Amino acid sequence: MPDLLIELFSEEIPARMQARAREDLRKLVTDGLVEAGLTYASAGSLSTPRRLVLTIEGLTAHSPTTREERKGPRTDAPDAALQGFLRSTGLTRDQLEARDDKKGQVWFAVIQKPGRPASEIVAEVLETTIRNFPWPKSMRWGAGALRWVRPLHSIICLLSDESGAAVVPLEIEGITAGNSTRGHRFMAPDAFAVSGFEDYAAKLRRAKVMLDPAEREAAIRQEAANLAFARGWEIMPDDGLLTEVAGLVEWPVPLMGAIEDRFLSLPPEVLQTSMKEHQKFFSARNPKTGRIEGFVTVANIETPDHGETILKGNQRVLAARLSDAAFFWENDLREARSGMADWAEGLAHVTFQSKLGSQADRIARIAALAREIAPLVGADADQAEDAARIAKLDLRSAMVGEFPELQGTMGRYYALEAGKTPEVADAARDHYSPLGPSDAVPSAPVSVAVALADKLDTLTGFWAIDEKPTGSKDPFALRRAALGVIRLVLGNGVRISLRQLAEVAASSLWHNVRFSSELAFLPAGKTAEAKNWLRVSSAHPDDPDDVSFNASIEDFYTALSADRVTDLMLVWFEDEEAEPKLGEERLLSGDKRLTSLSTDLLAFFHDRLKVFLKDQGIRHDIIDAVIAMPGNDDLVLLVNRATALNDVLKTEDGTNLLQGLKRAGNILAQAEEKDGVEYSFGADPKFAETDAERALFAALDKAEPAIREAVRLEDFQAATQGIATLRRPIDAFFDTVQINTDNQIVRRNRLNLLSRIREAGRLIADFGRIEG
Amino acid sequence: MTSPKDNQTAKPVCFQDVILRLQSYWAAQGCAVLQPYDMEVGAGTFHPATTLRSLGARPWAAAYVQPSRRPTDGRYGENPNRLQHYYQYQVIIKPSPPNLQELYLGSLKAIGLDPMIHDVRFVEDDWESPTLGAWGLGWEVWCDGMEVSQFTYFQQVGGHDCRPVSGELTYGLERLAMYVLGVEHVMDMPFNHPDSPIPLRYGDIFRQAEREYSRWNFDQADTDTLLQHFKDAEAECDRILSAPETDAAGRAIPMAHPAYDQAIKASHLFNLLDARGVISVTERQAYIGRVRALAKRCADLFVTTSAATGEALPAFPAGA
Repeated sequence: MPDLLIELFSEEIPARMQARAREDLRKLVTDGLVEAGLTYASAGSLSTPRRLVLTIEGLTAHSPTTREERKGPRTDAPDAALQGFLRSTGLTRDQLEARDDKKGQVWFAVIQKPGRPASEIVAEVLETTIRNFPWPKSMRWGAGALRWVRPLHSIICLLSDESGAAVVPLEIEGITAGNSTRGHRFMAPDAFAVSGFEDYAAKLRRAKVMLDPAEREAAIRQEAANLAFARGWEIMPDDGLLTEVAGLVEWPVPLMGAIEDRFLSLPPEVLQTSMKEHQKFFSARNPKTGRIEGFVTVANIETPDHGETILKGNQRVLAARLSDAAFFWENDLREARSGMADWAEGLAHVTFQSKLGSQADRIARIAALAREIAPLVGADADQAEDAARIAKLDLRSAMVGEFPELQGTMGRYYALEAGKTPEVADAARDHYSPLGPSDAVPSAPVSVAVALADKLDTLTGFWAIDEKPTGSKDPFALRRAALGVIRLVLGNGVRISLRQLAEVAASSLWHNVRFSSELAFLPAGKTAEAKNWLRVSSAHPDDPDDVSFNASIEDFYTALSADRVTDLMLVWFEDEEAEPKLGEERLLSGDKRLTSLSTDLLAFFHDRLKVFLKDQGIRHDIIDAVIAMPGNDDLVLLVNRATALNDVLKTEDGTNLLQGLKRAGNILAQAEEKDGVEYSFGADPKFAETDAERALFAALDKAEPAIREAVRLEDFQAATQGIATLRRPIDAFFDTVQINTDNQIVRRNRLNLLSRIREAGRLIADFGRIEG
Repeated sequence: MTSPKDNQTAKPVCFQDVILRLQSYWAAQGCAVLQPYDMEVGAGTFHPATTLRSLGARPWAAAYVQPSRRPTDGRYGENPNRLQHYYQYQVIIKPSPPNLQELYLGSLKAIGLDPMIHDVRFVEDDWESPTLGAWGLGWEVWCDGMEVSQFTYFQQVGGHDCRPVSGELTYGLERLAMYVLGVEHVMDMPFNHPDSPIPLRYGDIFRQAEREYSRWNFDQADTDTLLQHFKDAEAECDRILSAPETDAAGRAIPMAHPAYDQAIKASHLFNLLDARGVISVTERQAYIGRVRALAKRCADLFVTTSAATGEALPAFPAGA
C-alpha cells in the first residue's frame, strides 16, 4: 500500500487563509481519489507560510477492475438494433456472447474496465485540485495563466512504498512535479530531495521548518510563557493572535521585551490593542502591578546575536506606535475634560445611515428611548438619558478612530474624565453588550436602559426603512441586536412591552427630516403636530441642499416645541396651494405602517427567541403555543409560561392532559363545524347523567378559579399544576361518556362542558399548537 | 567619505546613500533607471512608467525615485514620521520574474539590512487604487516589525487585466532610511555625508518647505481655483481623448500620454481639495469616480499603442 506526499510550495500564503486551505486540500484530493475508486487509511494536511502539504497513508495501488454485463437485442433482431447495441457498449460483434433467455437467444455484452494505477489518478486529481482551488482571492503572476494565492514555485507529488519512492508524472503550467523542496527562506534555502513523508518532515526540521501549525502554536505558547515566567509576568492569552502568528513563521523564535516606563500609564486595553493590531505582539502582564508591562514578538529566524537586533528594531517601532497612542490619549483626555462638546458636534456630521440620519440624530432618539425605558428597569431617567447622550461620543475620539475595537472601552475612560458618574461611564462601556454568545449581559440599570434603547432604535430604524435581514445577509447585524434585546430582557427580568417600545422608537423617527417624506409615522399623543408636519414635508420636497428648506425646518422645530405650529403653518401656506388631502392620506398610511412595523418586528423577536430557547431545551411548538397568548410582547411573561408548560408536559399527567385537551378541542371543532354554532356557554350539572360527568363539573368548578388566579399572579407553575388536576376527570369522562347521544339537550350540555375544558386550557396556552 | 568599495560592506551613512545604493542595485539587475516624473503625484505608481507601462504585452523593467505629495499628511514639519512631500522608490518589472522576492531581498542587503540578522517577513496586504481602477495582491514587507516596502503583483490597471502581470516594489524612502540609519526624527536625518564640507540634514532642506506647504494645503489654497483647475484638467483630458486619431497631415498619433497627464493633474487637485476639507464623504466617491473614469479611458487608448503591444511604431504615410 503506497503512501502519498504532496507539497505545494509557494510565496507567502496569507496567515488567515491557511487553515481553510489545509482543509480544502485534504478534502478535494481525498474526495477525488475515492471517486476514482481508490481507498486510503488516513490523510492529514499541514501548512507553513510557504507550503501546503498533504500526506496520505495506505493508498490502494490501483483502482479495482470493474465488470459489467449488459443485455442486448435478440440474436434474430434486425441488424440496426445490434449495431446500436455495439455502439453503446463500444464492443465488436465477436466480443458479444449469445445466451439463452426466456424468449430465445439474446446478445450479452461483458464490459471489463481495468483498474488504473494510483499515480495516474493522483496526477489527474491533483491537477484538477490546483486548477480549481477555492482560495478566497487568487492571482496570476509573470506571463502564466495559472491562478494560485501567490506565485506557486514547485510541487512535490510522491508515491512511496517498501520498494521505494516514485514521482507522480505531472506538469501544470510549466511546473513539473518532483521530489525536492527547500528549507527556511534564510537559514536553509538550498533544495533537497525527499523519499516520503517521514523523510520530508525530518529533513525540513533540520532545514529549520516546523511543518505542523499546531506544533508551532504550542512552541510559541510554551516559549512565551517561559520568557514571561522568568520575569515574573504572565502572557495575556489570545488564541486568534496565536494562530495568526503561527501562520507567519516557519521557525518560531519568541523574543520578549519590556514596554518603556513612559507608556505604562496608557490604559491596558490601549497597550494590548496597539501591540496586537499593529505588530502582532502578545501582551505580558505583571500580576503584582496588574499592568501590561511587556510583550512577546515572534521572529522567524535564529540570529547570531540571539535576536538582539530584531528586538531592538521591534522596540523602536513599538515606541513610535505608542507615542502616537499616547498623543491620542492626551488629546482625547483634554477634550473629555472640557465636556466632549466638540465630539458631540462632530457626530452631527457623521452619517449613521442615509435615511436614518446622522449619528447625532440617532443618539437623540436613543436618549429619548432610554428615558422611557429607565423606570421599567429601575434606572434613574436623567442618568439613563445622560448616559445615552455620551455613550457614543468616543466614536469621535482619536483613539477610537485609530482602534475602532476600543469603542465603549475608551468611552468609559473619557466619561469618567468628564466627571460623569460611574454608572453613566459604565453604560458607555457596556451599552454595546451583549455582542456575542459569550459576551456577558449588562445588569446595572443605567447600562441596561441604554443597551436596550440602542438596540431597539437600530432594529426599529432598519425595519422602518425596510432593510431587514434576508437569508444569510444581515449587514447591520440585526439578528444579533434582537438576540441582545432578548438576553437583556430575560437576563434582567425586565418587564416591558416590546411592541409599545418599538412604536415609541419608531415614532421618534418622524423627527428626521430626510426620512419623513417617505415614512409618516404618527407620533403618539401629538396628532395635531404630526398632521402639520406631514403637510410641511409634503409641500417641501426633501432637498437637504435647499437652504430655505433647512431653515424652515429649523423654524418648524422651534415652533413645535413652543406649541406655535399652527400659526406658523398658516404663514407658510399663505402663498402655497396646500394639499391637506394628501397629508391626510399619508397620515393614515403612516399610522398603519407603524402597527405593521411593530407586528413584524415582534415576529422577528419571536423567531430569535425560538432559536434562543431551543438551545435551552424548550421545544419550538411549546413556544408557538405561548406566543399565541395575549401579552406575547412581554418576553419574561412569555418565557415563564413556556418554561412551566415545558415542565408539565414532561410529566405523565402532562402528556395525558394534553391528549385530553386536544381530544376535547377536536370534538368541539367538529361539532361546531357541523352544527354551525359555537359551544361556549351554558353547561349545567343538572343535565349530567353519569358520575364521570358530575366529577368533571366538580373538578372544573374547583380548577377554573385556581388557574385564573394563578395566571393573574403570573404563577404559571401553579396554573399548570391546576390544569393538571383535570387530567383524571377528563380521562374518566372520555372513557365512560358518549358525547353524541340522541338527546340533544344532553349532547349540547356535554359539548358545552368540553368548551369549559377548552377555555381552561386557553388560560395558559394554545394547546392546539403543541405536537404529540 | 566612504569609497564605492566600502559601500558594498559598510552600512549607509546618509539618506542619499540609501537612494544611490538602490539605484545601482536595480541598475545591476537590468532595470532602466528612470528619473522622477515631472508632475505632482501621490505615489510612484502614478508615474506613467508604472501605470501605463504595466498595461499590454511589452516587457518592461524600470526603477526610479518619485517625489510624492500627500497634502493631508502635512504636519508643518513637526511630526517625526509624517510629511506632505516625501520620496518613494519604485521598481516595476513585467512580466514579474520568478525570483522577484530574492531580487527584493538582495536590495535590502544592498542598503545594509542583512536578512540573516534581521527578521524579514511577507505579511498579507492587498493593494487597491480606486483612483486608477487598479488592484493587485501581495504583501507589506516587515523588517523587525516595521513595514519597509509594499510588494504587489498587479492584476488590473485602469480596468484592464494585466497580461502579463507586473511585479511592483515600493519603498517608503524616508522611513526605510531612518530605520537603516537609526534616526528618530525625519528632520534629523543626514541627507548627504555627515563629514561633507557642508553637511545637510533632511530638515535643512525640507523643514521650511513642509511648513509653508502645510499652511497652503490646509488654509490657503484657493478652492475655487482648484475646483476650476480640476474641471479644466477633466475637460482637457476628455478633449484629448476625443480628438480624431489622425492629425491634419494624416498621421495617426493617439495621445495617451498627454491625456494621462491631465488625469494625474485631476487626481492631485482632488487631493488638494480634500486637504482643504471641502469635499464631503459622499462627494469623495464621486470625485474618485471621475478621476478613475479618466484613467480608464487613458488606459483604453494606451493599450492600443505600440508602447503597450511591443509592435514597431507605425510609419507615417509617405509625404506626411
